[in-house]
Amino acid sequence: MYCLIAAESAIFVILIVAYLFYVGKSLSGPTPAILRVPVLFTVCLLSSSLTIHAAVKSLSRGNDRAFGFWWLVTIVLGATFLVGTAFEWRHLIHDEGLTIQTNLFGTTYYTLVGLHAFHVTVGLLALAAVSIFGFFGQVRKPDAPRVDVLSLYWHFVDVVWVVVFTVVYFIGR
Amino acid sequence: MSISLELPRTQPAIPFVDKLHQWVITVDHKRLGLLYITYALSFLLIGGIEATIMRIQLIRPHNDFASPQVFNQMFTMHGTTMIFFVVMPLVFGFANYLLPLMIGARDMAFPRLNAFSFWLMAFGGILLYFSFIGGYGLYGAGNAPDVGWFAYAPLTAQTFSPGHSTDFWTLSLLVSGFGSIGTAINIIATVLCMRCPGMTLGRMPLLAWLNLTMAGLVILAISPLTAAQIMLLVDRYLGGHFFDTQAGGSAVIWMHFFWVFGHPEVYVLVIPAFAFASEIIPVFSRKAIFGYPVMVAATLAIGFISMSVWAHHMFTVGMTSAANMFFVLSTMAIAVPTGIKIFNWLATMWGGKIHFRAPMLFCLAFLFQFLIAGLTGIMLSSAPFNWQLGNSYFVVAHFHYVIVGAILFALFGAFYYWFPKASGRMYSETLAKFHFWLFLIGFHLTFDFMHVPGMLGMPRRIYTYEPGRGWEIWNLIVTIGVLFQAAGILAFVANLFGSYFRGKNAGSDPWDAWTLEWSTHSPPPEYNFETVPVVKSRRPLWDLKHPEDPDWKYE
Repeated sequence: MYCLIAAESAIFVILIVAYLFYVGKSLSGPTPAILRVPVLFTVCLLSSSLTIHAAVKSLSRGNDRAFGFWWLVTIVLGATFLVGTAFEWRHLIHDEGLTIQTNLFGTTYYTLVGLHAFHVTVGLLALAAVSIFGFFGQVRKPDAPRVDVLSLYWHFVDVVWVVVFTVVYFIGR
Repeated sequence: MSISLELPRTQPAIPFVDKLHQWVITVDHKRLGLLYITYALSFLLIGGIEATIMRIQLIRPHNDFASPQVFNQMFTMHGTTMIFFVVMPLVFGFANYLLPLMIGARDMAFPRLNAFSFWLMAFGGILLYFSFIGGYGLYGAGNAPDVGWFAYAPLTAQTFSPGHSTDFWTLSLLVSGFGSIGTAINIIATVLCMRCPGMTLGRMPLLAWLNLTMAGLVILAISPLTAAQIMLLVDRYLGGHFFDTQAGGSAVIWMHFFWVFGHPEVYVLVIPAFAFASEIIPVFSRKAIFGYPVMVAATLAIGFISMSVWAHHMFTVGMTSAANMFFVLSTMAIAVPTGIKIFNWLATMWGGKIHFRAPMLFCLAFLFQFLIAGLTGIMLSSAPFNWQLGNSYFVVAHFHYVIVGAILFALFGAFYYWFPKASGRMYSETLAKFHFWLFLIGFHLTFDFMHVPGMLGMPRRIYTYEPGRGWEIWNLIVTIGVLFQAAGILAFVANLFGSYFRGKNAGSDPWDAWTLEWSTHSPPPEYNFETVPVVKSRRPLWDLKHPEDPDWKYE
C-alpha cells in the first residue's frame, strides 16, 4: 500500500505541477478568484481521518460495535465531502459558466479536483464493501491489520486534499 | 536442500484445452514469468518486422517500398512496441520467474495481483495492435498511431490527429502502465517481505537488489506518464486545453511530463540488464562478484540521479541556460556510478577462469557495447554538441546501442543462462554461438554505421532522402546489417524450440552456480523448494558444496 501511495503521489504531483504552471495563463474567462473556499466540507473530510483511526483502534481492541459506529461515521463524512464537491461544481458550472472546456483554469481545476474526488469515490466504495462484510459479522479482530491498510489509503486521500486545497484555494487564487 | 535430484519426466497426458485453461488461470510466478516472456518474444518479432520495413524503405534514395503514412506508423509502432511490449515484459518476466527462486520464497507476495498485472499488460499490447484494423484515423478506416513514440503535442490534439488512432496509443499505454505499477508493487513487497531465513538485505543476490531499484523507478516513472495520458485524454475527449497552445496551453510541458517518465524508463530497462550481467559474469569467471556493496550503492545512485536528467532530451527545444547547465551536469554525473559498475565487472573477470559459453559471450558484448553507448551518451549530454546532432540518426544510433547493444544482448545472455532452469533441457551451444556471432556482426553493421549519416546531417523519421548527400552507402550498410540480425534471431528461435523438445537433460545445476534457484529441480516444481532454505552468505550453494571453506567465514 505504501508503494501504491508512492505511485499515486507521483500522479498527483504531476497534476499539481500542471495546475501551478497554468495558474494565471488562461487567455479568457473566469479566473480562480471565483472559487469559494469549502471550509465545512474540508473539515468533514479531514475529521473522517480521525474517525477511521478510531474505528481501526476499536476493531483491534475487539470492540465490534464501536468499530461499526466509527466506520459508518467515516462513510457519512466522506459522502458529505462528495456532496459538497457536487454543489461547488454545480455553482461553478451553472452560475459562473466554468466548464472543463472554458479555459485553462477550468481544464486544470476540474482535472485535479476531479481526480481527487474520484479517489474519494473509490475509497468510499471500498469502505462500503467493508461495512457490508461487517454487517454480516465477517470483520473481526484478526482482520484489523487488513482494515488498517484500507485506512492508510483513506489517510492518503485526506493528505492529498490538504495539498490540493492549499494549492487550489490559497496559492492559486 | 538436495542438489542433484531429478523429477521423473513422465507426466499424465492432459487434453490441450485443459492445459491452455491452466495457463490462463495461473497465478504461479513461474508460469506468469514464462507468459510474460513468450508474449514479449512474439512482440519482438512484430517490432523487428516493423524495423525491417523501415530499413528496406531507406536502403536507397527515393525508394517507394512504404508510403510516408505507413512509414510514420512503422516508427511509432516500432518504438512503442519495443519499449512497452518487448523489453518491459521481458524484464518483468525474468523478475517474476527469478526473484522468488533467488530469495527462497514460494511465490511473489501477491500472486493474484501478479496475474492481473500480466493480463492488463497483455490487453494493452493487443489494444495497440487492434488499431491497425479498428483505429479510424486521418487516412481512412483502420490506422495505427503515427505520432511518434513520444507523441509530442500539439500533433496529438484532435485537430491534428483526427479519428481514434492516437486514442489507441494513449489508452494502451495507460492500461499497460497500470499493469506495470502493479508488478512493481509486487516486486518491492516480495523482495522486502518474502526472503527466506538468513537472507538479509546484504546477502541478497545482486539481481534482487537491482530489480528492487528497478521497481522503485517504475513506480516513480510510470505514474507521471499515467498522469500525462490522463491529461491527453481530457484534451482529446473532454475538450480540455492542457496541451492546446491556442488556448494558452503549453506543448513543452508535455515534453517535460513525457521525459520525466522517459528517462528513468531507460534505467528501468537497463538496470535489469545490469542485474543479469552481475549474475552471469561471476559464475563464468569462477569468482565472486567484485565489490558487492559498491555495486548496490552505484545502482541506487543511478536510480536516484536518473530522476533528474530528463530534460537532456530537450536541449534542442530551447531552454534557459541555467536549465541547460543543470541537465548537462546531472547527465554527466550519471556516468560516474555507471563507470563504477563497468570497472566492477571487469575486476570480477580479472584473474578469473573465464568460460566462454553463450551467456558469457553475450555479457562480454554487453559490457563493450554498453561502454560505447555510454560514451556517445556523454557526447550527446553536452548541450552544444546536442544542438548539432539532436534529432539526427546519431541519436537513433546512440539509443539503439543502449537498447539493443546493451539491454537486448544481456537479455539474450539471460535467456541462455536460465533456459536450462526453466525448461530442464540444455540449449544447443553451436546454434547459440551462431546466434551470437550473426547478431553481433549484424548489430555492428547496423548501428556502428548509423552514427555516420547522423553526423552528415540525416534527420531521424524521414521516409526518404535525396541522392548525392553522401548518405546512400551508409544507409545501404545499415540495412544489410538487418539481414544478419534477422538470421541471428532465426537461430535463436530455432534453438529455443529445438532444445525445448530435443535438448539434453540439463540437471538442476548445469553451471555449477551459487544462487538458490539452482538448488531446486529444473524445471522447478510449483512449490519451488521442498524445505525452506536457510542462507548464511551471499553464495548459499557455494557453502553447501564447499563445507570445508564456506563463504560466511569471510563476509
